[in-house]
Formats: sequence, structure tokens, C-alpha cells
Amino acid sequence: MYRYDQYDQAMVDARVEEFRDQCQRRLDGQLSEDQFKPLRLMNGLYLQLHAYMLRVAIPYGTLSGAQMHILADIADKYDRGYAHFTTRQNVQYNWIKLEDAGDILADLASREMHAIQTSGNCIRNISSDHFAGAAADEVCDPRPYAELLRQWSSFHPEFSYLPRKFKIAVIASPTDRAAMKLHDIGINLVRNNEGELGAAFYVGGGMGRTPMIAPQIREFVPLDQLITYAEACLRVYNRHGRRDNKYKARIKILVHELGADEYRRQVEAEFEHLLAQKIEPPFAELERLCEFFGDPGFENLAEAEIDRSDPEFALWVDRNTHPHKRPGYTSAVISLKPVGGIPGDATAAQMRLMADLATQYSFDECRVMHTQNIVLPHVRKADLHALWTKLDEAGLATPNLDQIDDIIACPGLDYCSLANARSIPVAQKISQRFAANGKGDTLGELKLKISGCINACGHHHAGHIGILGVDRKGVENYQLLLGGSEADDTSLAKITGPGFDEDGIVNAVETATDVYLANRADGERFLDTYRRIGMAPFKEALYG
Amino acid sequence: MVDHTSTTPSGAEGRGPEARPFLRFRDDDPVGDPAVTVNAFLGQGNATAVRIEPGDDTRELLPHLDRVALVEVNFPTLGDGRGYSAARILREEGYTGELRAVGNVLVDQLAFMRRCGFDAFEPGEPLDAADVEAALGRFPHVYQQAADSAVPIWSLRHGKEAGARNG
Amino acid sequence: MIILTGNDLATGAVTWWTGSAWSHDVADAADVGDQADAIAAREEAARRVNVPYAIQAEIGPGGIVRPAHIKDRIRGLGPTVRPDLTLKPGDADAVREVI
Repeated sequence: MYRYDQYDQAMVDARVEEFRDQCQRRLDGQLSEDQFKPLRLMNGLYLQLHAYMLRVAIPYGTLSGAQMHILADIADKYDRGYAHFTTRQNVQYNWIKLEDAGDILADLASREMHAIQTSGNCIRNISSDHFAGAAADEVCDPRPYAELLRQWSSFHPEFSYLPRKFKIAVIASPTDRAAMKLHDIGINLVRNNEGELGAAFYVGGGMGRTPMIAPQIREFVPLDQLITYAEACLRVYNRHGRRDNKYKARIKILVHELGADEYRRQVEAEFEHLLAQKIEPPFAELERLCEFFGDPGFENLAEAEIDRSDPEFALWVDRNTHPHKRPGYTSAVISLKPVGGIPGDATAAQMRLMADLATQYSFDECRVMHTQNIVLPHVRKADLHALWTKLDEAGLATPNLDQIDDIIACPGLDYCSLANARSIPVAQKISQRFAANGKGDTLGELKLKISGCINACGHHHAGHIGILGVDRKGVENYQLLLGGSEADDTSLAKITGPGFDEDGIVNAVETATDVYLANRADGERFLDTYRRIGMAPFKEALYG
Repeated sequence: MVDHTSTTPSGAEGRGPEARPFLRFRDDDPVGDPAVTVNAFLGQGNATAVRIEPGDDTRELLPHLDRVALVEVNFPTLGDGRGYSAARILREEGYTGELRAVGNVLVDQLAFMRRCGFDAFEPGEPLDAADVEAALGRFPHVYQQAADSAVPIWSLRHGKEAGARNG
Repeated sequence: MIILTGNDLATGAVTWWTGSAWSHDVADAADVGDQADAIAAREEAARRVNVPYAIQAEIGPGGIVRPAHIKDRIRGLGPTVRPDLTLKPGDADAVREVI
């Protein structure tokens, strides 16, 4: 894992004092809310439906046990004993007091954490593959490059007042586990024909009210030009992105309106100019960062057979583990989606347990998934049963990774001032329905994603089944979407037709799965069947 | 070359009784000429001061930099950050004259503006001198190369000393 | 009726204008008539409230103030998925009543 040096620590400490001062100026009345708002947002502090909400950055989703512990301590000390893991691998607290914000940031800084740029029209936390450094299929660990981008984007003097927020994801596998093409910039680390490592840039993807899949803007950026190329992409956006309409201000609109070819031409011209400015970090810095993400101390283990005599354990192994690049190891997913629970929420006690299990079983490391679960990336297969037993005792062993009840849900109208409808109760009812009728276990991989408004924090455009909550004359109403994917086969879901009320949408989801079960060919996922048979049979069953 | 990185202004000065106070980080005399729009500037052979609005293309000025003594960059709203790119491009292209941020300039933005090459400020609301000093001295380091002479952390880590510039 | 709501500046807690002060209980909200803007401006300037805004409401069953929109009713009660954290943690019907 990356560790701060004196420079990183000094910057984060300075930010704590800066924000403490800004909060005090707001409390004293020296700053108006209009003046304070962009400043607090750049420190992740929102004014939400019930209180201030603080979003804490978890760079590329990676946490140490000690970091997870301080997150739990903050939940107890300053909040109401729980926290919410988000679809951008961050964590947020729902009941924060402005007068505590400085102290919370100081506590975070004591464990090399911060809330810098977790909101506002700036470059946000860099996300990545939650199996980075562990996945058998990666060409390299993407996190050193994400860390380099984190440092480059932190306190960036030119790009802190962009037209709109800016999200970057970095992956390094043919399998996309980070929704890379649905980001403002998606970076895929690849090897070229000469075997050299470089970065493919995809620019202008996103969800929100105008979902778009990012086109490839450059096939291969050499690693010693990575920052310069990113700077060129951002400068073209900062200069020419629309500022007349906040709903058209994301870079996806610029790339779409210019066309990928013209955007690419402008970026290449800016890139040539910036290369002469010599803004690229020394390559030795990238090498330094890579050292932090090397072998954490893997043992040379023989490939181990897992004792599958306990069927509940065997099911969890089948569903919640992922192949590791080292023999004898696996990555284990801790589900934060118990049947009827609130997706992504964890109590302070659960967070402490996960922290301790990470320390004991996974080289002191855990990861936040964008699907709002937690990964222990490096678990010895021989330890899996002991790990599972402890998780099960704490209600954290639900075997449902990528199943229909592994639902992404935004906070929705229960917490969010932007929402039009509640998301969480719909998720709860769907998971309860499919647990009660037994169908959940027959469906295989089925990614269901719920957003409570058009901003799409719940990734409904990318769900095999998506649900979008809308406000219809003051009443919650839910639209059903089918056929989205955030993986390497990225696609955008389509709306089936008129919306449903809360019970109606639960029925509609069951109806859609019945159509799948009746039509699926051998080995087909819900998404595959939908792609083969199209929307019509689903529409017929839903509205016919 | 003018030092664009000093953290101490040459003093808050007024330009006559009607002028708002402004901050300057240059030792030369302020340009008295009124700044004209980019269009007017390009159409007049003798103007020496130009004012860039957010929608203007800064690069149109590049062929004429030798006759520019003052560039004002207007920030009509706090959130419109195009002026940061405008300033940095001018410095990257070798402009050494006065670069003045005008309009909605909060003390909390000064440090980033300085990094992008601004060396004068004429905010709509006067800034408190102590706040200015605190804001400019707040962060001990910078992470990235910009239009000032600050050495990025990633260069300091690999042997470059503060005060030296890349290239 | 028109009622005025906002958040406490220091704590962020949801508050409602009672006619003379700010209360955490929507039941205390008073009709501000055409005075919403004036009260909001005065109270915000004094930092007794943050981002106040006026909303439509009615007197519901039992004489209790009921905001017209579900968003404000949820603001008034708390998250419907965590009854334990709402204004009425002991009232089993409270969540159903705001929906």
C-alpha cells in the first residue's frame, strides 16, 4: 500500500487547517453560504436532506486496517454509529456537524486520509479495479498510476474550477471491474506490440441524465507522458467545456458535440504544446510509487483444494471469491448486501471487524468495491473457512456477489436532497422478494442498480436491470431499464416503458426475471438473453 | 525575469480615490492604460492593455505579446475557471508582463491564481492583508508543475532542490 | 399554508420556523403568510439558520402540520429506512404517515 511521506502529510495537514479556518469563517459570518459552498464541497462536505454529509476519499478504494478503524471511530464519535460505502469507492457519513468538520479531517489526516476533492467541480477521487494487485488477469497493478494521478490532481491550480465534476478510473485488465468507459476519463493500462506498458485513454463517458460510453481518444500513451496527456485532456475541457448549462457541462457533452476526432485533434495539439513545458514527473517517481504496490509478502504456497463439505461455505466460496494471481491465495468479497439491508451501509462494529480481518488474513489491506461491498484481496485459501466463519457470525457472509440481491442503490430520497424517490426501500423489497420466493438462487449473474434520480449515482444505466426513481406529481414512481453493463461489454440500458409504483416495480423486476428464465439458453446470463431476444418479450410480459 | 512566486505583495495600493485596492506582486510600475477587449485589441495597433473574458481565446493574443504590458483576466463568477487556463497559457508562451485577475476573486483562490501566473489582483471586494498572507503561505509544497517556479513534490523527492525549475 | 424550513448552521439539523424561533419538530412550524422572504433574510443574516426556504404545507390529520411534498415530509421525520434515527423512533406508524 501507498504510505505518505513528509510531503504528503504536510499537504494534508495544511488542508485540515485551511478547512478548519474556512469553517470558522463561515460560522463567524465572514463567509456567506454562497462563498462557502464551493470551499466546503472541495472538502466533501454537503448539506444534505437531514444534516451535513461528509464524503471521505478512499483513493482507488484501498484501505489499511488502521484506516478502516479510524473510519469506524469517526462513525461512533461524530456520527450515528454507521457509514455508507459509495459507488465511487468512497465512504460517507450522514449526520455531520459543521463545527466538528475540522476535527474529523484531523482524525483522518492522522491515518493518512482526507476528504480533498470528494465533491465540487474538480478532479475527484481516482477509482480503480477493486482486485488490483491480486487479479489473475491484470497486466500490472493499476494503483501506482492511480496514485500518480491522485497526486497530480490534488490542489491542481488550473483544474479546480472546471465546468463540472471530473471522474477518472484506472484499470489494467481486459476485464473491466471499474466501469472505466463510463468515466470522464477511463485509463486502461495495456502492453503494445513491443511489450511496453502504456495507457489507452477513453474520454467522455458518464452516466447522469445523458449517459455516454467513452470513445477511445488515444490507443497508447507512453507511461512517461501520462500526466502530460491527462493535463492536455483537462485543459481542452476547462477551456471549451460548456458553462452555460450545468446539465450540459460534463466533458461527455463536449466530446459528443465536437466529435471524438475533433476533441482528439485539440488534445493532441495541446499535448504537443505541453510536452515542451516539461510538466511530466520524473520517471523515478513512478518507479517509487510502484514499489509501494509490490508483493506484500506472499508465501510460496502450493495450489490448495478448498474443503467444500459445508454447503453454505461452498456456496459463499463459489460466489464471493475471485481468482488470485498467486497459487494458494484468493480474493474474498464481504457482502454489505444482507437480505433486507441497506446496500453499502456498515456499522462501526462491522467496520472494526472487517479491519481486523484484513489485518489478520489479508496483509492488512481491504478494498471498497464500486458495487458497495468490501474485498479482502489476498486471503490464503487455507484461511477461507476461518474467515467465513467470523464473517458469518457478524452477518457479513451473504453469498451474493453479482446476484440479483447484490444491489447497487444510491442513498435516494431517504438521505439525498437531489433525489426524487427513495432507492433503499426498493432494494430492500427486491432482495426480500427474491429470498422469499427462492428464485434468487436460480438467476446467476444479474446486476441490479437503482438510482433515486436522474443523476444516476446508483448506475441504473449500467444495470442488467436498472431502476430509476422519478417524481410524478409528488409521488414516487419507478422506471424499469434493461440491458446495461458497466463491464468490458459496456452498454446502456433502455427504458421498458411507463413507470411503476413501489410495489409495482418489485413485481416488474420479478416479471423480467421470469421472462429470462423462460427464454434463457444454456449458460446465458440475464444480459445475454436480453441481448439475444431483445426488449419485445419483456415489454409484452410487463405491459401486454 | 519577474519573480512570479513571491508570497509577499508589494503592498495594497489604490489607483486614485475611486479605484478599488489591489494587490501586486511586481516591482515595476502599474500600467495606467485602460484594458480593452480582445476584439478591440486585435483591431488597434497601439493598445498595450487587454482584458480577457472567459469565452475569449487567449491564443489569439500570442502573435502580439511583444506589445502587451497588461493582461487583465476577468472572473465574472467564482466558479468559472477558464481564466486559470488563460493565464497559464500566456506564461507558457513567454508573456512576462503584468497578469491581473479582476472580478470575483476570493482570498481562497489566490494561491491557485498565483500558481497559474497571476501577479496582480483587483478583486471586487477588498481582501484583508492578513488573510492574503495566510492563504498564500498555507501550503508548504505543490504536487504539480505550473506557471510558477515552485518545484513539485515529485521533483523534491528525487533530488531537485526548491528554487530549481524543470528543464 | 406556507412554512419556512432550513438547517442549523453549526449542526446541520433540520429546523422549522415557529413564528418566533427555530424548532427541530415540523409540528411546531407556523404559517408565515407572505413574510417568508423577510424572515428568511433576517434569520440567515443573523446565522440562526442556513439556506432557509419556504414550502407549501397543510394541516393534516390530528391537526399536525404536513408539508405538501414527500421530500419535506422525509426531512421532517428522518430517513424512512432507519426509524431508529427519526424524530419519532418509538412510533411504528410515523414512517407510513410521511409516505
